[in-house]
Amino acid sequence: MIVLSSDSMPIMKELDMVVFRNRLKEFAVKIGMSLVNQTKLITAASELSRNMLRYAGGGNVLIEIVNAQRQNGLRLTFSDTGPGIPDIDKAMKDGFSTGKSLGLGLPGAKRLVSDFDIKSTVGKGTTITIIKWKNG
Amino acid sequence: MDKIPILKIGHFLMVAIQVDLYDRLALSLESDLVQAVSKTGAKGVLIDISSVSIVDSFMGRILGNIAGMSKVLDAETVIVGMQPAVAITLVELGLPLKGVQTALNVEKGMELLQKKIQFTEEEEIDDDSTLQ
Ligand SMILES: Nc1ncnc2c1ncn2[C@@H]1O[C@H](COP(=O)(O)OP(=O)(O)OP(=O)(O)O)[C@@H](O)[C@H]1O
Ligand SMILES: [Mg+2]
Repeated sequence: MIVLSSDSMPIMKELDMVVFRNRLKEFAVKIGMSLVNQTKLITAASELSRNMLRYAGGGNVLIEIVNAQRQNGLRLTFSDTGPGIPDIDKAMKDGFSTGKSLGLGLPGAKRLVSDFDIKSTVGKGTTITIIKWKNG
Repeated sequence: MDKIPILKIGHFLMVAIQVDLYDRLALSLESDLVQAVSKTGAKGVLIDISSVSIVDSFMGRILGNIAGMSKVLDAETVIVGMQPAVAITLVELGLPLKGVQTALNVEKGMELLQKKIQFTEEEEIDDDSTLQ
């Protein structure tokens, strides 16, 4: 996979999420991503950045335009140094929440993107990488 | 902080969300709207989301809360103008907009509210007559 361009920003407070979503929209428009895919990607990104704020006290997100097999897409990497997730399989299930919420964020985000990868170490933090292809 | 204006039209309250909501703004809309329903005794709430390009689980939950709490206060809620891309995304996200009615546009939403209110009024009249 080739990285064509990138940008990184901190997500430390709620308003950072708004700035991030707008920036992401600019990237998606730049590569000509379809509107439905844009909406899916930004919604997934919104879930993951909120998780980072709520459960890890904030973190960082890297936005990259990537190219593979002559297709462009966006890759997002959310990384935090929060408490980590003890049981990833459980956290990925619909309805699992330690925050008295719906438990939809992680499994929902996974359904909305082309590729979803999660790595988490208790006491160290969590890194989630997602890819959404322009038309995929 | 920004505020989203709430309009009163007859028996209804109407809100047009013109900006992408951040969480705190959505929460303040929720409490303002529920307070307005209780204060005005409105029978219906119409929320126009045609300018909203992203509805995530948080925003979806707020819409559900508004509908649920309004129901307790005897008011129906209709969400109008959801963009097709948003509707598709919500299904895949897996968010059930429980108890939330939707309509294509403001006009259709108003019609729906009007019908629902007539219906409950008729029911009440029926109830009274069975008492006699
Ligand atoms: N970045 C993170 N750091 C630590 N724990 C996390 C992180 N992201 C998610 N989790 C854990 O995974 C659980 C599931 O997350 P998910 O987003 O699916 O649901 P939720 O945030 O609880 O509810 P919803 O997103 O529907 O409001 C969370 O309750 C939390 O315990
Ligand atoms: Mg979540």
